Amino acid sequence: MLSRTADNLYWLARYMERADFLARAIQASRRLAALPKAYGGEETEWESVLLSSGAALAFETSGRPVDEANVIEFLTFAPENPGSIRNCLEQARANARAVRTALTIEMWESINDAYLEMRALESRGVVPCAQELARFLEVIKQTSLTYDGGAYRTMLRNDAYWFSRVGLFIERADNTARLLDVKYHVLLPEKEIVGGSLDYFQWSAILRAVSAHTAYHWVYRTSMKPWLVADLLILRPEMPRSLISCYESIVRNLDNLARAHGRQGSSQRHARGVYGKLEKLNMESVFQGGLHEFVQSFITENNRLAALISEQYLF
Amino acid sequence: MDSRITQFDELAGADGRTRAPYRKLSQWLAETPPELLASRREQAELLFRRIGITFAVYGAQEATERLIPFDILPRILARSEWATLEKGLIQRVAALNAFLADIYGAGEILRAGIVPADLVYRNPAYCPDMAGRRVPYDIYVHIAGVDIVRTDDQGFFVLEDNARTPSGVSYMLENREVMMRLFPELFALHRVAPIENYPDELLATLRSVAPPRANGDPTIVLMTPGQYNSAFYEHSFLADKLGVELVEGRDLFVRDDVVYMRTTEGPRRVDVIYRRIDDDFLDPLCFRPDSALGVAGLMGAYQAGNVTLANAVGAGAADDKAMYTYMPDIIRFYLGEAPLLQNVPTFRCREAEALTYVLDHLDELVVKEVNGSGGYGMLVGPHAAKAQIEEFRAKLKAHPQNFIAQPTLALSTCPIAMANGVAPRHVDLRPFVLQGANGARVVPGGLTRVAMTEKSLVVNSSQGGGTKDTWVIDDAWVGEEPMGQA
Repeated sequence: MLSRTADNLYWLARYMERADFLARAIQASRRLAALPKAYGGEETEWESVLLSSGAALAFETSGRPVDEANVIEFLTFAPENPGSIRNCLEQARANARAVRTALTIEMWESINDAYLEMRALESRGVVPCAQELARFLEVIKQTSLTYDGGAYRTMLRNDAYWFSRVGLFIERADNTARLLDVKYHVLLPEKEIVGGSLDYFQWSAILRAVSAHTAYHWVYRTSMKPWLVADLLILRPEMPRSLISCYESIVRNLDNLARAHGRQGSSQRHARGVYGKLEKLNMESVFQGGLHEFVQSFITENNRLAALISEQYLF
Repeated sequence: MDSRITQFDELAGADGRTRAPYRKLSQWLAETPPELLASRREQAELLFRRIGITFAVYGAQEATERLIPFDILPRILARSEWATLEKGLIQRVAALNAFLADIYGAGEILRAGIVPADLVYRNPAYCPDMAGRRVPYDIYVHIAGVDIVRTDDQGFFVLEDNARTPSGVSYMLENREVMMRLFPELFALHRVAPIENYPDELLATLRSVAPPRANGDPTIVLMTPGQYNSAFYEHSFLADKLGVELVEGRDLFVRDDVVYMRTTEGPRRVDVIYRRIDDDFLDPLCFRPDSALGVAGLMGAYQAGNVTLANAVGAGAADDKAMYTYMPDIIRFYLGEAPLLQNVPTFRCREAEALTYVLDHLDELVVKEVNGSGGYGMLVGPHAAKAQIEEFRAKLKAHPQNFIAQPTLALSTCPIAMANGVAPRHVDLRPFVLQGANGARVVPGGLTRVAMTEKSLVVNSSQGGGTKDTWVIDDAWVGEEPMGQA
């Protein structure tokens, strides 16, 4: 397959996943910020959303005051924020358009429909009201489901499929890690918890941002504990957004690629290395070395994998 | 339209009696409530937008992706009409190919004094680098989109021979798909010749002209200028239907006169390039050094015979509007046959006598730039403002050799479905002719372009023209009842 096509597919998947994560993160934060102050509802929540979506610097440059309306608008519709949902969608569509031949019609239509909806909303030239915004976030989540389902159900299992899956899981791992990185201060180990924590709603917001609120209870069958929230997001293989689950998928898809191309390379070796470390890890040692440090180094390793993939496959 | 000329409507005929190919459609229209037509029109619009069949318009900032208006009523040709047309088209493309092989080879037609040598050699589309070289099987034009018009039910006129990178075939194919989804009942009524085999025929044509060293299993690619090109949708559509990679210049490179594409498994040799990019942008070493679209060294590989380009470099020397006027002579010279399709009578403004006539009749004529396309740089005399006519008069006097002029034809009309009913609009037809080492073929149909505004003669999509599905149906009425009795 053309290297450029592989590149487009890989980025298309990343942008779709990013848009989906942003939509979920915004929804979770709205819920949290709407709580009374005593329950953790505070303005700093919006700063952390900006941080976890990597848009803090761009927002600061824009000179807007940090409040709910501004941050949401910036993350959702702002053309000047390169990481806004709107721009993710536009980038995803531009990549999709360039590789129309590698996509099935279902995948293309799901992206194009969302794009047309967004253009319709924008063409009115007014800031969308809260209700429209909520609806738009739903559309984005729905789109990522149809897109993903379309890919799963209709794509040939060849390198086009594997490249787009690798893109999706690298992005997903990155998103989960960034979320953990911003929230590490509320995710404390067992021995450091004193009394009833006011952070309860923070934990539940984290779970909501990765659609794991219900999953948590099914996995642990206990009330919310911060160290278990971290465990779920890092080490539980059955949790589809956990770091280890992402890496299990990355390793599998990269191996499929290697088999089809008849050679293993540095990206396969690196991915297996990261996966192996996660497999041997337990939460105790993570907390011992510091959750923040762990997440930082994971993000670096994940970026390194992205670089190795482009090197190996000549993007 | 000049009121002295009687209008020929392909449904109503000249005398207002429904023509035979349209009889069933006409009856169906009479029985169909307008609301149904309206709802099908909306459905069609939705389908096209969802599939993303768009068209980029140069210079239009807000609307870089526009939908070409689609009309839901089919344009219908009888098989007997089509048979004539098909023969004429194949004849025409055979002559174009013979002419190109000659002007890049022995130049017999120039020595015979049939076409003036300066018209060929000074033509900007003539490629001196191709002189004295042969292309595989002497085929220069593998894909031609010949623009056809009619003014009565007698015959067809050729308006233009597009021998470079004609576009529109994706609309022909998608229009049919959309029509089959919208009007299954109409397809049940008519026996419409299928066109869905076009991509297969195109693939067979491209394979047939591969260099011998591809050993019968050539790697074919479709080369596009990129996603901002107006026809990008078509490029990706065709690549998909052909099952070949859609490449841009940056995906290709040349080493030792061999073309490779960059793939995830390393370089892969390319044998045939169906290029949808103009000559000038193919190779910055050979043509425009400022072009980022092409591939450095491509011409070297081409001239070494290691890659086939379709259409051939320099094919445009046969299809400009000045050469057009010589086509009947070109056909006679190479094929020894009378032309089956007529040319529209054309004044060559480079000839003094013709120029005088044209200047005296600017308000009646259509004046076209010899190297223009897409309906740009054109004067439609009867519809033009005084100022525009004077502007063209000045241009004509300054550079008469750059222009030709034609009488304003009473282009035929076909009915289109509008918000408030059915109305006639002018149409033309672009069938696509394929010429390979394996023979020539035309799928039965083509792209019917239609001027969406009343009385307008400009059907180009860049100027708001629309399209229709084009049906070739069996002459089933023969023997059913005498022609002409509705």
